[in-house]
Amino acid sequence: MRRLLLVAAAAVALLGLGAPSEARTIRWSASGDPNTMDPHSQNLGTVTMILQQIYDPLITRDRQLGLAPGLATEWVQAEPNRWRFTLRQGVRFHGGEPFTAEDVVFSITRALQPTSNYGIFVDTIERAEAVDAHTVDIFTRVPDPILPNKIASVFMMSKSWSEANNATRPQNTRQREEMHTVRNTNGTGAFRLSVREADVRTVLVRNDDWWGWRVPEMGSGNVTEIVYRPIASDATRVAALLSGEIDFVLDPPLQDLNRLRAAQNMRVLEGPEVRTIFFAMDTHRPELQYSNVTGRNPFQDLRVRQALYHAIDINAINRAVMRGQSVVTGTLFPEQVNGYVREEDVRLPFDAARARTLLTEAGFPNGFEVTLDCPNNRYINDEAICQAVAAMWTRVAVRTRLNAMPLGPFFQKIQRDDSSVYLLGWGVPTLDALYSFQSLLRTRDGQPGNGIWNHGRYSNPRMDALIDRMVTESGEARAATIREALRLYREDVPHIPLHHQMIPWAMRGNVTIPHMANNQPYFRWMTVN
Amino acid sequence: MLAFIISRLLQALPVMFTVSLISFAMFAYVGDPVAIMLGQDYTVAQRDALVRELGLDQPFFVQFGTFLGNAVQGEFGLSYRLSRPVSDLILERAPATLELAFTAAILALAVGVPMGVYTGLYRNSWLSRFFLTFSLIGVSLPTFLIGILLILTFSVWLGWLPSFGRGDVVQLGWWSTGFLTWSGLKALILPSITLGLFQLTLIMRLVRSEMMEVLRTDYIKFARARGLPNRAIHFGHALKNTLVPVITIAGLQLGGIIAFAIVTETVFQWPGMGLLFIQSVGAADIPIMAAYLMLIALVFVTINLVVDLLYYAVDPRLRIGRGGH
Repeated sequence: MRRLLLVAAAAVALLGLGAPSEARTIRWSASGDPNTMDPHSQNLGTVTMILQQIYDPLITRDRQLGLAPGLATEWVQAEPNRWRFTLRQGVRFHGGEPFTAEDVVFSITRALQPTSNYGIFVDTIERAEAVDAHTVDIFTRVPDPILPNKIASVFMMSKSWSEANNATRPQNTRQREEMHTVRNTNGTGAFRLSVREADVRTVLVRNDDWWGWRVPEMGSGNVTEIVYRPIASDATRVAALLSGEIDFVLDPPLQDLNRLRAAQNMRVLEGPEVRTIFFAMDTHRPELQYSNVTGRNPFQDLRVRQALYHAIDINAINRAVMRGQSVVTGTLFPEQVNGYVREEDVRLPFDAARARTLLTEAGFPNGFEVTLDCPNNRYINDEAICQAVAAMWTRVAVRTRLNAMPLGPFFQKIQRDDSSVYLLGWGVPTLDALYSFQSLLRTRDGQPGNGIWNHGRYSNPRMDALIDRMVTESGEARAATIREALRLYREDVPHIPLHHQMIPWAMRGNVTIPHMANNQPYFRWMTVN
Repeated sequence: MLAFIISRLLQALPVMFTVSLISFAMFAYVGDPVAIMLGQDYTVAQRDALVRELGLDQPFFVQFGTFLGNAVQGEFGLSYRLSRPVSDLILERAPATLELAFTAAILALAVGVPMGVYTGLYRNSWLSRFFLTFSLIGVSLPTFLIGILLILTFSVWLGWLPSFGRGDVVQLGWWSTGFLTWSGLKALILPSITLGLFQLTLIMRLVRSEMMEVLRTDYIKFARARGLPNRAIHFGHALKNTLVPVITIAGLQLGGIIAFAIVTETVFQWPGMGLLFIQSVGAADIPIMAAYLMLIALVFVTINLVVDLLYYAVDPRLRIGRGGH
């Protein structure tokens, strides 16, 4: 009898070991579902918000979005064109394969494939080389001081698993067959994929062997299972949260925030997002396509750009349109981005009289007509912002017709440079100034990344020179270059900036998670009581 | 009979062709799938390569021809958004939509017909007036609003029923069914009411007016004069003669229920074909949209045929010699 008791006690002890004391499931929702489970195919927030939990990059982010050791414990720019990464020892993939330098070389090569959407994060890389099992050298074509910021977005896959499953390249659209990686994963991360049904549910379970659970500040959460169920309809998503079917909503609609705040046992976390909303103008064509001005392009005149800037009552937009959920700005990116300078974050003041004077000086005493292109389902209250601004511009005699459309046709139109003035929101995944400057303000010259989203074709040789210096400079010199470029941005008004979006997250009272400005939930830090 | 079916099937071909041509022509306006697939960062070379791979650089009629050729073989390609074969995706989603549409149609018939008969017979009772007022709500309120109100009442306030999704499903081969689990049945209630309410009120009003019409006819008066019991008159003679228009409308509405489940599926995040279609529109996912529209056209054509055949079953006059008149 005593022996039996002992055996029973031992069995209980054994069962209790390793497993967390209690199963804690978090059920959460957002409007969109990830398109794929392939870590190098689609560079979209909805994809990363799931893969983030499953895959690790070499360098990861801490709670302030700073760089922190991930699968690499150390990294150093050994030579101007060579970075050396020392890998973490003893890490295994969910499938049991040990993580080695070969996997790093493989993953970087995979992200470099033309079918990868992650090209921007490896744009300067020439090749990666395994020095030994736990050391990797990455060679760049030009000195790249911000490689760590970019490599923090490249997830590491298993070479042997990818080869065994015929997935050595990201999605190839020519193939008629589904790739293994569309619905299967094999990462090293804190959670592993257990169920994947597109648009219905994605279930992740805790990986108790994850290296980060033993690293302070890396994994402090207690969630054992994550059930993600997308709900496209705003009203239904809020209803599901209120009725207790969902514990956490990433994108509650603004109009429901007060109701959620007032509800019992409900919490709304607010914080800024790294996404800046601005207007860009066609400064390239000798004559605008959508205006009644002939023989000249009014937006090529600095005074006209300043006039439209002065005409915007940004506080009214913040109060009435955004219900306080925006951070008003006069610069290109928010303070979380490396290179931000507070002194350059100053707006031209709201001054309608000054706007009229500037227009008169520029030769438009009676104003002119123009069409504003605007998405109506991409950014928070995008169409309402455009309506308000169109009215403000019309008040200073720039009679503005609003052309609001869904994001599909909108992006198609502006990507043909087919717009006189348009609203755009810009996020910065690398959290470095170069990404915004290069994509939005560099003259397009066919080099990867240069001016790819500069659809007003703004072109200023001084700006181009500063941007090209940002690519290779480092340290204090680079910081000074960025500062100068931000000064030029303020003086030359290539854009009319409005605000950085705020992103509220809503959750039940027993859930805690740090709010992140990249709008990504990190469940490794979530606790449920 | 066989000749009739064959001629109807042949008539269906130009319909299908026209639907595919029109829908294909509309895709030029839904946005640029390439821009959406490439995301925020890409090079011009990458873009050109993708456009070539998808065949989007070909002239319209070449693209359309390729699509038709593949469609005839049941090959709709890979979804741009989900990188999976379109036929797999539609097959996975079809059970959800069909179960929902079936439940909604049964609900509309099982409740709508008795209500119609009752209001036709007892025109002035307070219950009839209540039914008629209620039917006004069903006809005039938009579907999404009905869905939201039901969610608010039964999910948020009362907490009885789930506000979204299909609950637990059981796989029977490739068919996933929600009929066999408690949570699956509970999840069906609100969406099927939302989807079926309009049809329910329509059928009720139709049956009512037909009943009132038929009750005035001579053969009903004659039947009464013969002293037949009310029950036999109302159900054996009157109701049976109202059924031809009811079957037509109910049949065509079933197509409508399947096709327009889009709104209900969106409100309840019901993982059917309508939700798949809506999300494909957002992503300019042309292969899915094309396949879905073709499928809906096929559903309508088939239902029309079935309705025509049902006439034969219900109306004996059609069976007695087609050359009679």
